[in-house]
Amino acid sequence: MKEQIVTILTELRPEFDFTHDGVDFIEEGMLDSFDIVSLVDELESHFGIKIQGIDVIPENFSTLDKIETLLKKSGAA
Amino acid sequence: MNLKFKNKRIAGILTILPKRVVTFEEEMGNYNFPEKKSLRLKKIMGYNTHRVAAEGQCSSDFCIQGLQYIFDNGLLLKNEIDALLFVSQSPDYFMPPTSNLIQGHFGLKHDTICMDINQGCAGFELGLMQAFMLLEQESVNKVVLMNADVLSPKVSIHDRNSKPLIGDAAAITIVEKTDDPEDIHVAVKMDGTGAKALIIPAGGFRMPCSEETAIEHEDEAGNFRSLNNLVMQGDDVFNFVQREVPPMIHELLERAGMTADDIDWYMFHQPNKFMLNKLADAIGVPYGKMPSNIVENFGNASGVTVPTCISYNLGEKLEQESYQMCLAGFGVGLTWASIIMKVGNLSFNRIIEY
Repeated sequence: MKEQIVTILTELRPEFDFTHDGVDFIEEGMLDSFDIVSLVDELESHFGIKIQGIDVIPENFSTLDKIETLLKKSGAA
Repeated sequence: MNLKFKNKRIAGILTILPKRVVTFEEEMGNYNFPEKKSLRLKKIMGYNTHRVAAEGQCSSDFCIQGLQYIFDNGLLLKNEIDALLFVSQSPDYFMPPTSNLIQGHFGLKHDTICMDINQGCAGFELGLMQAFMLLEQESVNKVVLMNADVLSPKVSIHDRNSKPLIGDAAAITIVEKTDDPEDIHVAVKMDGTGAKALIIPAGGFRMPCSEETAIEHEDEAGNFRSLNNLVMQGDDVFNFVQREVPPMIHELLERAGMTADDIDWYMFHQPNKFMLNKLADAIGVPYGKMPSNIVENFGNASGVTVPTCISYNLGEKLEQESYQMCLAGFGVGLTWASIIMKVGNLSFNRIIEY
């Protein structure tokens, strides 16, 4: 699942490397608020899920682990 | 705050839109954003065209045009009006009240209560609440609720957070007494600690407009705006709406003894399609019951969005039919409010252009 997430992230922001562990995508300015909305749109289409509006907060998109956790919570297999 | 009313109805709705149509593509070159991302913004948020007032047109002009249409078409007599409510964030002057100016323009009787209410996104619900309260009085039989905003001049053309969605418009809603004893359930909530999430910082007494306040600055997302411009903390507003609105609707449904399925139409304020679809998911409502086509076609004109949604999506059908509706507005204040009531068999439900 992480590889698919990295692919989607890289398509959104090709200038950044999303494969490094321990990098906070928000603090490092790799994802802004519109990137998060775009990411939600892409993730929902790709995994066939719905992410709840209340979960669309920067903290849930700051690392690959957190995005994966959110996807699993939202029903992605 | 929970409120309940009886024996009140909406008798007619007229939406007045500016003739000028501006497309997203016309303006996207002003944004400090690559074209590909701008088009993605358009798709996800559901932006397309919005209506913008001509230079010099004020909110009151749209109200006067609408009332004149109503009088000319015999939809209401001047001397039937017992109260004139003007709900807006764009009055003609700080003083006098714009509602008094409109009363004076038409020479309405002195026994007309004129009130200006400073409200935005929840302005239709707050206006209806005030109309219902006035109608509790024996001497008040008809209230004219005017929701109007011309905020486009206050939005920076370099602000992709706000410019693509802002629309100018007015709506006139006639509210009156009825023998129908059906309950009207109202919920109104406010949180002034978040008041600066949606603000025009300069131009009031706290910070008068000056050369300094007119200087544009870049924010961290690359938008340019001055202190004279409307600024919206989009993330904060989105999170507040997703956190607060679904529980308010669920509580209101419970109070009304209804389930989400019992409501025919969810006529909600429309900041953008993404936010609205997330709300529909959280409340458990199919998208078809919660139209999101107003921001796409006309823009978000604050408290005018909900009556526009009713006029545009139901039109003359609402002159013959009646539906159980859930109305909701949320935004500036911060304010969030909702109403469950039957709406239908209106004398008129139309849109005109000015």
